[in-house]
Amino acid sequence: MLAGGQSWIFNRSPIILSTGIVGGPFEREGRIPEEFDYFYDDLWMGEDSYEKAHRKLIEEAVTIALKKGNIQKEVVQFMIGGDLINQITPTNFAARNISIPYLGIFSACSTSMEGLAIAASIINNDGANYIITGAASHNAAAERQYRYPTEYGAQKPPTAQWTVTGAGYAIIGKSNNQSKPRPKITSATIGKVVDMGLTDPFNMGQAMAPAAVDTIIAHFNDLGRDFDYYDLIITGDLGKIGRTTAIELLKEKGIPVAENKFLDCGLIIYREDQPVQAGASGAASSATVIYGHIFNQMKKGVYTKVLSIATGALLSPMTFQQKETIPCIAHAVSIEME
Amino acid sequence: MNHQQKTYEQKAYEKIQKKHEAKRPLLRNCIVAFFVGGLISMIGQGITYFYIYFFNFTEKTASNPTVATMIFLSMLLTGFGVYDRLGQFAGAGSAVPVTGFGNAVISAAIEHRSEGFVLGVGSNMFKLAGSVILFGVFSAFVVALIKTIFTGLGGG
Repeated sequence: MLAGGQSWIFNRSPIILSTGIVGGPFEREGRIPEEFDYFYDDLWMGEDSYEKAHRKLIEEAVTIALKKGNIQKEVVQFMIGGDLINQITPTNFAARNISIPYLGIFSACSTSMEGLAIAASIINNDGANYIITGAASHNAAAERQYRYPTEYGAQKPPTAQWTVTGAGYAIIGKSNNQSKPRPKITSATIGKVVDMGLTDPFNMGQAMAPAAVDTIIAHFNDLGRDFDYYDLIITGDLGKIGRTTAIELLKEKGIPVAENKFLDCGLIIYREDQPVQAGASGAASSATVIYGHIFNQMKKGVYTKVLSIATGALLSPMTFQQKETIPCIAHAVSIEME
Repeated sequence: MNHQQKTYEQKAYEKIQKKHEAKRPLLRNCIVAFFVGGLISMIGQGITYFYIYFFNFTEKTASNPTVATMIFLSMLLTGFGVYDRLGQFAGAGSAVPVTGFGNAVISAAIEHRSEGFVLGVGSNMFKLAGSVILFGVFSAFVVALIKTIFTGLGGG
């Protein structure tokens, strides 16, 4: 059901049945290794290219999600997913092997929540019984496409962020006859593309912060909610600098921010002493942390009402070279325990 | 948005953005670059003396095998995944010496091995170093041209 200008309320509350979270070696050394289902020992993952390794991450996450939920892939109607690589080939190629009817989406690092919003909407409108949705990114595959060769010795500034190697997929289903409480999807807000004129691809957090703020405000306005409604408002990959900027922007717009309730996935996944500069980024940043860490916390009762905002920078290496500014987007999905 | 005036909103955001942006630690970077760059050059100087004293090279001719040796070392360090870490630590200190040039070529060659020798390694090896070669050769040409004209005018 449409609410306000750009939000949906899911009155039949689609639920998240199971999730599959995989990561690479650098994520295993991070702060939340227990929230992952599987780790690969190196970035090649037994393949001969980073792009094939990237595909493997997605296949593994989907397989794990199906297995954990004890759901046969034949009963899953649709797969909705994407990644950061040109023409989202890792996800397209993974979908070839998984062989579930497939919608490929690109929304940079906000792909996870775009997929979840679409999946919840389809299920809420009886368009499917089960949908698997998620996002993935691979550090080396993203580095070589967006920046320099992985072994090139360029110095990254303190505003740079580290692309997560991983994939997070979740199976969404209808809410009925569930024995145990599960996270349910209650609403979603689709973001606008916001461009505040930044051009530095090594400072994504600050480019994306205005998009996150725009979507949060739209969500509050559309649904008549505020910060107090949620136990946690979590952004996808703003990083240290993007987060403090977003807090100031919110305060400037007259929205009081409870800073201990306003977290960022990009600051959760790695330890302080890992060399990630301003924090994590990548489509897998929000996908792994929300579908792994945050869901587990919700099941433990730490959080009951969570608003998850995944943020994406919609640039390509070519638009950067042509000196274009960086347009950004953010999608929000609210998840509550039954 | 290219070449356009910034909107009022974008200008207002610029102020907030500048306030929170973490600056590059310039002084630290300069000092580290000075010492690491100096260290790399010192190793190079050592290798030059090695070629002069143990082989039949003069001060002038020893530079060729020295550069080759330095690039070889850079290749090993790049291949073993050390040079990019050194680069993050040292910045210009490891980028400016010839080893940095070697790293730019070699890292691109390694990176594109997955697309094969011709379409991958061959066509991408110089994608970072290509501009250095082009503009290096061109400026050498311009300098040589100026020198020729002046010595010509001087009646040499």
